[in-house]
Amino acid sequence: MNSPQIEIQIIAVIVAMACAIPGVFLVLRKMALISDAISHAILPGIVIGFFVTQDLNSPLLILLAALTGVITVVLVEFIQKTGLVKEDTAIGLVFPVLFSIGVILISKNANDIHLDVDAVLLGELAFAPFDRFMVEGTDLGPKSLWVMGSILLITISLLLLFFKELKVSTFDAGLSSAIGISPIVMHYGLMSISSITVVGAFDAVGAILVVALMIAPAATAYLLTEDLKKMIGLSLLFGAVSAISGYWVANVLDASISGSIATTLGVIFLIVYLFAPKKGLISVLYRQKQQKIEVSLITFLLHLNRHDEESERHINHLREHINWQEVQARTVLNLAEKNNLIEIKNSVVSLTEKGLTFTEKSLEYIVNNKDEKIEPMKEDFFLFRG
Amino acid sequence: MSITEYFNLLWDDYTLRTITLGTAVLGAICGMLGSFAVLRKQSLLGDAISHAALPGIALAFLITGAKDSGILMLGALISGLIGTFWIRGITSKTHLKSDTALGLILSIFFGFGMLLLTFIQKQPNANQAGLDKYLFGQAATLMESDVQLMIIVTGISLFVMLLFWKEFKILLFDADYTKTLGFNTKFIDVLITFLIVLAIVLGLQTVGVVLMSAILLAPAAAARQWTNSLGTMVLLAAIFGAFSGVFGTAISASQNNLSTGPVIVLVAGVFVLFSFIFSPKRGLLFREIRFHQNRTDLKLMKTLQFMYGIAQEHENISHPHAIRILNNFHGFTKSSLKKLENEGWIIIQGQQWAITQKGFKQAQEMYNQKTMNE
Amino acid sequence: MDNQKIAVQIDDLTAAYNYKPVLWDIDLSVPEGVLMAIVGPNGAGKSTLIKAILGIIKPIAGSVSIYGKPYSKQRKMVAYVPQKGSVDWDFPTTALDVVMMGTYGSLGWIKRPGQKEKKIALESMEKVGMLAFKNRQISQLSGGQQQRVFLARALAQDAAIYFMDEPFQGVDATTEIAIINILKELRKAGKTVVVVHHDLQTVPEYFDWVTFLNVKKIATGPVKEIFNDDNLTKTYGINYKVAVNK
Repeated sequence: MNSPQIEIQIIAVIVAMACAIPGVFLVLRKMALISDAISHAILPGIVIGFFVTQDLNSPLLILLAALTGVITVVLVEFIQKTGLVKEDTAIGLVFPVLFSIGVILISKNANDIHLDVDAVLLGELAFAPFDRFMVEGTDLGPKSLWVMGSILLITISLLLLFFKELKVSTFDAGLSSAIGISPIVMHYGLMSISSITVVGAFDAVGAILVVALMIAPAATAYLLTEDLKKMIGLSLLFGAVSAISGYWVANVLDASISGSIATTLGVIFLIVYLFAPKKGLISVLYRQKQQKIEVSLITFLLHLNRHDEESERHINHLREHINWQEVQARTVLNLAEKNNLIEIKNSVVSLTEKGLTFTEKSLEYIVNNKDEKIEPMKEDFFLFRG
Repeated sequence: MSITEYFNLLWDDYTLRTITLGTAVLGAICGMLGSFAVLRKQSLLGDAISHAALPGIALAFLITGAKDSGILMLGALISGLIGTFWIRGITSKTHLKSDTALGLILSIFFGFGMLLLTFIQKQPNANQAGLDKYLFGQAATLMESDVQLMIIVTGISLFVMLLFWKEFKILLFDADYTKTLGFNTKFIDVLITFLIVLAIVLGLQTVGVVLMSAILLAPAAAARQWTNSLGTMVLLAAIFGAFSGVFGTAISASQNNLSTGPVIVLVAGVFVLFSFIFSPKRGLLFREIRFHQNRTDLKLMKTLQFMYGIAQEHENISHPHAIRILNNFHGFTKSSLKKLENEGWIIIQGQQWAITQKGFKQAQEMYNQKTMNE
Repeated sequence: MDNQKIAVQIDDLTAAYNYKPVLWDIDLSVPEGVLMAIVGPNGAGKSTLIKAILGIIKPIAGSVSIYGKPYSKQRKMVAYVPQKGSVDWDFPTTALDVVMMGTYGSLGWIKRPGQKEKKIALESMEKVGMLAFKNRQISQLSGGQQQRVFLARALAQDAAIYFMDEPFQGVDATTEIAIINILKELRKAGKTVVVVHHDLQTVPEYFDWVTFLNVKKIATGPVKEIFNDDNLTKTYGINYKVAVNK
């Protein structure tokens, strides 16, 4: 590994981590798409800022562009308030228009501006080490490392300072204003930080992939935990891991670094989406199937409990009245029998003593709206689960 | 080439005519189907689908090596549909919300697409050029066969839409109710979604994956402001869309270095802005004027009420009073007195005013209404 | 009473949202020609019951029959008035258009409504006193008027059984009276009406039949016989005596 390679990886990790933190709050506040809107809408801000400063890493440009981001949010909210179009349409209208203005500005001034459309979409991470931060002839490292490093530091300090406030205003806006934390201040604070981060990261990863860096780590972490601190920690980890592995994938394929980082994030998300222990697809589907059979079982037991007459408890009735398919009926019956909850004599089903106790207890919980207590009770009664 | 030259050439130049026809048809189908997307609150789904189509285009090229836009579109269609169903899978099976799912799929698929595109660019294969146009669109690359395909697809979509018009309309308005009437709502739903995805894929070459969704939304959002009928809205959106397509193409073709996508988006954006402000029923301008009017009316009524209060104390209601006794009353101005006189509610003579029978009645009615409401 | 026909028969119905049961093992028969209220606390599954009966959500177990035949074969006998808040009233359409939707079911796929359907729709609008608003954009109607449009849409279905989800929610007093008069007329014409209802005070005045529901069925029968403190307490968990006698 040579030193530009190491520098690129460090920058990538820092960018990923800086994006991951606001990303967590955007995902939790159901505002993930705002990052999409901001990242597109800042383009005209960046171009105009570039005309003024002639330096993509200038702090002034970052502030100017970030301001465009906040203005976008305000504009979207204004259109939403007019009620002329639905909320999502408002977002969908504003950012493409601003982005188009940016793209046209770049194309029309292609000769004067050191930005091209590819850089807008992909960033120029590979070139980042070549733009050095020089102070009186001393090389202090790549400029973008300084820029993103400062943004990350600011974000982390704000996170630590206002962790409690952020947490309260994210999970309970009503309580938040009641205890004197203005949700509006927190909202625009978060929007400003997001805008600044997006602008800073724009140079490295481009307009659309910055969205991946913000949303994907947080979404992946959210499938694994609901604890805010753990979620932030996991997001930082996922961001950093995909930054480094993305770099090496790009290296092997000789392809865009930011594209591979986003792809790596996608692969990690896919794995977690499928296999996460509680929230993953496989576990959810398995649980739903089990739940369906067990709910059917309880329904069946309740039915038996309520009817003394043999005709209602005849095996054929199960299919006619309860309206189950043959397969399902057999599964339920088998499960009940395996667990010694019922006995079948001459095709007439009746509850065993154990079945009766279980049913009556379930009934009590159901009537008192305490369904959730049935779940632990199953552990006591069931030898086999559905 | 200037824009006027463009339109002059339109009649002679075969290529130009093809391109213009293509963008007009594209704008029309996008406006038409975009109306459904907007009314279903699926505006941003279009954005996700169009971005999700990119890896499909790149993979189709990698596998077949073909530059033929038909095959690339098929790739885009498949990966767009995978993206759509994954979004549905995420929102229905996990606790992640739709905004997260949309942003996630959009950015990850796009990232993967860019990975493939940059990979393709480095391949020693001369054939690769031209995939770039799928990012921001290049109408100039439209061939006659592309336009034919657009016209066929648009024709089929139009036919399907007219055939199932009733079903589409009722599903958009009230899906649960539609189910109780015995319609297969899943079928209608899949049909609409499929048509929307089709329109997006059709537009990728001309507008590009990045801005495609705006062409879907903007004409519909503009059209919604001018009408309260679904049929008119769809028609208007198609017209706005076609105009945006044609003008956008004309402008971008008459300049160097300009992709078609951003220009078409800006033209459509102008339609939206104009509609937001100037639409007579919903527009912001007329809303502001009406608001102002109501406030003036309210002031007028208050003045009349005040006069009524004074006149009530006299046996002859038309007894004249000095104007200056109104001086303490807020909301009284010379022009408001003039207006009251124009309505025939008061008579002004010199420095004196008197309420008329008509004015007295009006004020009385208002007074009664007020007490009734309380 | 004994040889009264059964309009709706529900057996062993269990329904769930995301596999979490909301209704457990409901058995219920609704006799023909009654005006029935379904009452119960929030989250008791009142709307879910109607939605499960109408197949909007798929029950986990149980069957529904309408006049002795499975519901899927008897759809045309059933009309539905959903909760007003369930649709987007800014949808670009007119009141008449919405009412016309009531005729779509009998039209079936593809066929367009014609003069006959328009006539049905206009007559239904007249019944609810909304004829004057037929060309009004639906967003410009008041809450009560929107509810009446929904009612007219159900009337246009010309069904034998009407299911209504909180038709009195957020309507003005005039509309409430208008609606209840129409419901009583429907009953007079031999129709069966099932209403999810919130306001316990008006139950004896409006309805002749009542079902108490709280996750399970608590009781069902004529208002005169079973609308009492005992059942109210069983359903709501606290003593409701004072509230009702007021």
